[in-house]
Amino acid sequence: MATLDILYFAWVREAIGRDGETVEHPGAEATIADLIDSLVPRGPGYAEAFADRSRLRAALDHAFVPLETPLGNAHELALFPPVTGG
Amino acid sequence: MIHIRIGEEGFDPAALLEPLERLGGGAVASFTGIVRGGGGLVSMRLDHYPAMTERRIAHIVEEARARWPLLGVTVVHRVGDLQPEDRIVFVGTASIHRAAALESCAFLIDWLKSSAPFWKKESFLDGRSQWVEARAEDDAARDRWMKS
Repeated sequence: MATLDILYFAWVREAIGRDGETVEHPGAEATIADLIDSLVPRGPGYAEAFADRSRLRAALDHAFVPLETPLGNAHELALFPPVTGG
Repeated sequence: MIHIRIGEEGFDPAALLEPLERLGGGAVASFTGIVRGGGGLVSMRLDHYPAMTERRIAHIVEEARARWPLLGVTVVHRVGDLQPEDRIVFVGTASIHRAAALESCAFLIDWLKSSAPFWKKESFLDGRSQWVEARAEDDAARDRWMKS
Protein backbone atom coordinates (compact mmCIF):
# COMPACT_ATOMS: atom_id res chain seq x y z
CA MET A 1 0.00 0.00 0.00
CA ALA A 2 1.47 3.36 -1.06
CA THR A 3 1.63 5.99 1.63
CA LEU A 4 2.00 9.75 1.72
CA ASP A 5 3.89 11.64 4.42
CA ILE A 6 2.20 14.90 5.37
CA LEU A 7 4.05 17.65 7.23
CA TYR A 8 2.47 20.65 8.93
CA PHE A 9 4.17 23.96 9.72
CA ALA A 10 3.48 27.15 11.70
CA TRP A 11 -0.18 27.65 12.71
CA VAL A 12 -1.29 24.68 10.64
CA ARG A 13 0.88 22.51 12.90
CA GLU A 14 -0.39 24.22 16.04
CA ALA A 15 -4.07 23.89 15.08
CA ILE A 16 -3.72 20.20 14.21
CA GLY A 17 -1.48 19.54 17.18
CA ARG A 18 1.13 17.46 15.39
CA ASP A 19 4.15 17.90 13.10
CA GLY A 20 2.85 15.47 10.54
CA GLU A 21 1.50 12.03 9.83
CA THR A 22 1.51 9.26 7.27
CA VAL A 23 -1.69 8.49 5.38
CA GLU A 24 -2.70 6.02 2.73
CA HIS A 25 -1.92 7.56 -0.67
CA PRO A 26 -5.30 8.47 -2.19
CA GLY A 27 -4.05 7.93 -5.76
CA ALA A 28 -2.23 9.95 -8.40
CA GLU A 29 -5.31 11.79 -9.67
CA ALA A 30 -6.42 13.07 -6.27
CA THR A 31 -5.49 16.71 -5.75
CA ILE A 32 -4.03 18.30 -2.64
CA ALA A 33 -7.41 19.98 -2.10
CA ASP A 34 -9.13 16.56 -2.27
CA LEU A 35 -6.74 15.21 0.33
CA ILE A 36 -7.36 18.21 2.60
CA ASP A 37 -11.12 17.56 2.33
CA SER A 38 -10.53 13.99 3.46
CA LEU A 39 -8.48 15.17 6.48
CA VAL A 40 -11.07 17.63 7.82
CA PRO A 41 -13.23 14.97 9.58
CA ARG A 42 -10.22 13.85 11.62
CA GLY A 43 -10.90 16.52 14.23
CA PRO A 44 -11.71 20.12 15.08
CA GLY A 45 -8.05 21.12 14.77
CA TYR A 46 -8.04 20.01 11.13
CA ALA A 47 -11.26 21.89 10.41
CA GLU A 48 -9.71 25.01 11.97
CA ALA A 49 -6.42 24.68 10.11
CA PHE A 50 -8.11 24.12 6.76
CA ALA A 51 -11.05 26.53 7.20
CA ASP A 52 -9.63 29.27 4.99
CA ARG A 53 -7.97 27.69 1.96
CA SER A 54 -6.86 31.10 0.69
CA ARG A 55 -4.40 31.22 3.62
CA LEU A 56 -3.02 27.76 2.93
CA ARG A 57 0.02 26.89 0.84
CA ALA A 58 1.50 23.54 -0.16
CA ALA A 59 4.72 21.90 -1.26
CA LEU A 60 4.81 18.53 -2.98
CA ASP A 61 8.13 16.69 -2.73
CA HIS A 62 9.73 20.04 -1.75
CA ALA A 63 8.33 22.15 -4.62
CA PHE A 64 5.73 24.87 -4.04
CA VAL A 65 2.52 24.00 -5.90
CA PRO A 66 -1.12 25.22 -5.99
CA LEU A 67 -3.71 23.28 -3.96
CA GLU A 68 -5.35 22.09 -7.21
CA THR A 69 -2.23 20.05 -8.07
CA PRO A 70 -2.73 16.27 -8.38
CA LEU A 71 -0.65 14.27 -5.90
CA GLY A 72 0.86 12.09 -8.63
CA ASN A 73 3.50 9.77 -7.21
CA ALA A 74 4.67 12.27 -4.60
CA HIS A 75 5.92 10.91 -1.28
CA GLU A 76 5.83 14.08 0.82
CA LEU A 77 3.23 16.82 1.09
CA ALA A 78 3.69 19.87 3.30
CA LEU A 79 0.86 22.21 4.28
CA PHE A 80 1.58 25.64 5.76
CA PRO A 81 0.67 29.35 5.77
CA PRO A 82 2.23 31.83 3.34
CA VAL A 83 5.94 32.09 4.16
CA THR A 84 7.35 34.97 6.24
CA GLY A 85 11.14 34.66 6.17
CA GLY A 86 13.86 37.20 5.61
CA MET B 1 31.69 30.83 -4.54
CA ILE B 2 28.28 29.91 -3.18
CA HIS B 3 27.82 29.78 0.57
CA ILE B 4 24.41 28.96 2.07
CA ARG B 5 23.91 28.39 5.78
CA ILE B 6 20.75 27.89 7.80
CA GLY B 7 21.11 27.47 11.53
CA GLU B 8 20.49 28.70 15.04
CA GLU B 9 23.91 30.31 15.52
CA GLY B 10 24.46 34.04 15.16
CA PHE B 11 26.77 35.44 12.48
CA ASP B 12 29.26 38.24 11.98
CA PRO B 13 28.61 40.23 8.77
CA ALA B 14 32.24 41.39 8.60
CA ALA B 15 33.46 37.79 8.64
CA LEU B 16 30.95 36.88 5.93
CA LEU B 17 31.98 39.82 3.73
CA GLU B 18 35.69 39.10 3.80
CA PRO B 19 35.68 36.03 1.52
CA LEU B 20 33.43 37.89 -0.95
CA GLU B 21 35.96 40.74 -1.06
CA ARG B 22 38.74 38.33 -2.00
CA LEU B 23 37.10 37.03 -5.17
CA GLY B 24 38.75 39.58 -7.44
CA GLY B 25 35.67 41.63 -8.27
CA GLY B 26 35.36 45.35 -7.70
CA ALA B 27 31.98 45.27 -5.99
CA VAL B 28 30.55 43.62 -2.90
CA ALA B 29 26.99 44.38 -1.75
CA SER B 30 25.21 43.05 1.30
CA PHE B 31 21.96 43.16 3.22
CA THR B 32 21.58 42.36 6.91
CA GLY B 33 18.09 41.86 8.33
CA ILE B 34 17.59 42.61 12.03
CA VAL B 35 14.73 41.58 14.33
CA ARG B 36 12.72 44.78 14.71
CA GLY B 37 11.90 45.69 18.32
CA GLY B 38 9.07 47.90 19.54
CA GLY B 39 5.39 47.20 20.04
CA GLY B 40 6.21 45.14 23.12
CA LEU B 41 8.01 42.44 21.13
CA VAL B 42 10.15 40.29 23.44
CA SER B 43 11.13 37.43 21.17
CA MET B 44 10.66 35.88 17.77
CA ARG B 45 10.73 32.25 16.78
CA LEU B 46 11.62 31.16 13.28
CA ASP B 47 10.43 27.82 12.00
CA HIS B 48 11.42 26.33 8.68
CA TYR B 49 11.03 23.24 6.52
CA PRO B 50 14.49 21.70 6.87
CA ALA B 51 14.23 19.27 3.95
CA MET B 52 13.26 22.07 1.59
CA THR B 53 14.88 25.28 2.84
CA GLU B 54 18.45 24.88 1.62
CA ARG B 55 17.38 23.47 -1.72
CA ARG B 56 14.94 26.31 -2.22
CA ILE B 57 17.57 28.94 -1.37
CA ALA B 58 20.06 27.25 -3.71
CA HIS B 59 17.46 27.53 -6.46
CA ILE B 60 16.95 31.25 -5.78
CA VAL B 61 20.74 31.76 -5.84
CA GLU B 62 20.91 30.00 -9.22
CA GLU B 63 18.22 32.35 -10.54
CA ALA B 64 20.36 35.30 -9.44
CA ARG B 65 23.47 33.84 -11.06
CA ALA B 66 21.57 33.40 -14.32
CA ARG B 67 20.65 37.12 -14.32
CA TRP B 68 23.86 38.78 -13.12
CA PRO B 69 27.58 38.01 -13.52
CA LEU B 70 28.30 37.04 -9.91
CA LEU B 71 31.62 35.91 -8.50
CA GLY B 72 30.15 34.92 -5.16
CA VAL B 73 26.93 34.71 -3.18
CA THR B 74 26.52 34.21 0.56
CA VAL B 75 23.13 33.63 2.20
CA VAL B 76 22.83 33.03 5.93
CA HIS B 77 19.43 32.66 7.57
CA ARG B 78 18.91 32.05 11.25
CA VAL B 79 16.16 29.85 12.68
CA GLY B 80 15.05 29.20 16.25
CA ASP B 81 14.62 31.78 19.00
CA LEU B 82 15.69 35.38 18.39
CA GLN B 83 15.48 38.66 20.30
CA PRO B 84 14.99 42.22 19.07
CA GLU B 85 18.17 43.57 17.46
CA ASP B 86 19.45 40.08 16.68
CA ARG B 87 20.65 39.61 13.13
CA ILE B 88 18.31 37.27 11.32
CA VAL B 89 19.41 37.13 7.68
CA PHE B 90 22.46 38.05 5.61
CA VAL B 91 22.77 38.24 1.85
CA GLY B 92 26.12 39.13 0.27
CA THR B 93 27.01 39.30 -3.41
CA ALA B 94 30.28 39.91 -5.23
CA SER B 95 30.63 40.98 -8.83
CA ILE B 96 32.83 42.90 -11.22
CA HIS B 97 30.26 45.71 -11.35
CA ARG B 98 28.37 47.53 -8.61
CA ALA B 99 25.00 47.39 -10.37
CA ALA B 100 25.15 43.59 -10.58
CA ALA B 101 26.16 43.31 -6.91
CA LEU B 102 23.47 45.72 -5.68
CA GLU B 103 20.63 44.47 -7.87
CA SER B 104 21.29 40.79 -7.23
CA CYS B 105 21.44 41.45 -3.49
CA ALA B 106 18.00 43.13 -3.60
CA PHE B 107 16.67 40.32 -5.80
CA LEU B 108 17.87 37.66 -3.36
CA ILE B 109 16.37 39.23 -0.25
CA ASP B 110 13.06 39.92 -2.01
CA TRP B 111 12.84 36.28 -3.10
CA LEU B 112 13.98 34.95 0.27
CA LYS B 113 11.22 36.85 2.04
CA SER B 114 8.42 35.53 -0.12
CA SER B 115 9.65 32.23 -1.56
CA ALA B 116 11.64 30.30 1.04
CA PRO B 117 9.89 28.13 3.65
CA PHE B 118 10.36 30.18 6.84
CA TRP B 119 7.66 31.23 9.30
CA LYS B 120 8.00 33.84 12.06
CA LYS B 121 6.13 33.81 15.34
CA GLU B 122 6.28 36.90 17.57
CA SER B 123 5.89 36.93 21.35
CA PHE B 124 4.96 40.08 23.23
CA LEU B 125 5.44 41.52 26.70
CA ASP B 126 1.79 40.96 27.62
CA GLY B 127 2.07 37.23 26.94
CA ARG B 128 0.45 37.32 23.52
CA SER B 129 2.07 35.49 20.65
CA GLN B 130 1.12 35.38 17.00
CA TRP B 131 2.34 34.10 13.67
CA VAL B 132 3.44 36.92 11.40
CA GLU B 133 1.07 37.42 8.47
CA ALA B 134 2.55 37.46 4.98
CA ARG B 135 2.47 40.95 3.50
CA ALA B 136 1.26 41.81 0.02
CA GLU B 137 4.15 44.30 -0.24
CA ASP B 138 6.62 41.45 0.06
CA ASP B 139 4.98 39.58 -2.81
CA ALA B 140 4.96 42.80 -4.83
CA ALA B 141 8.67 43.33 -4.08
CA ARG B 142 9.39 39.85 -5.41
CA ASP B 143 7.11 40.18 -8.42
CA ARG B 144 8.77 43.37 -9.66
CA TRP B 145 11.70 41.16 -10.71
CA MET B 146 9.44 39.21 -13.05
CA LYS B 147 8.81 42.16 -15.35
CA SER B 148 12.36 42.62 -16.55
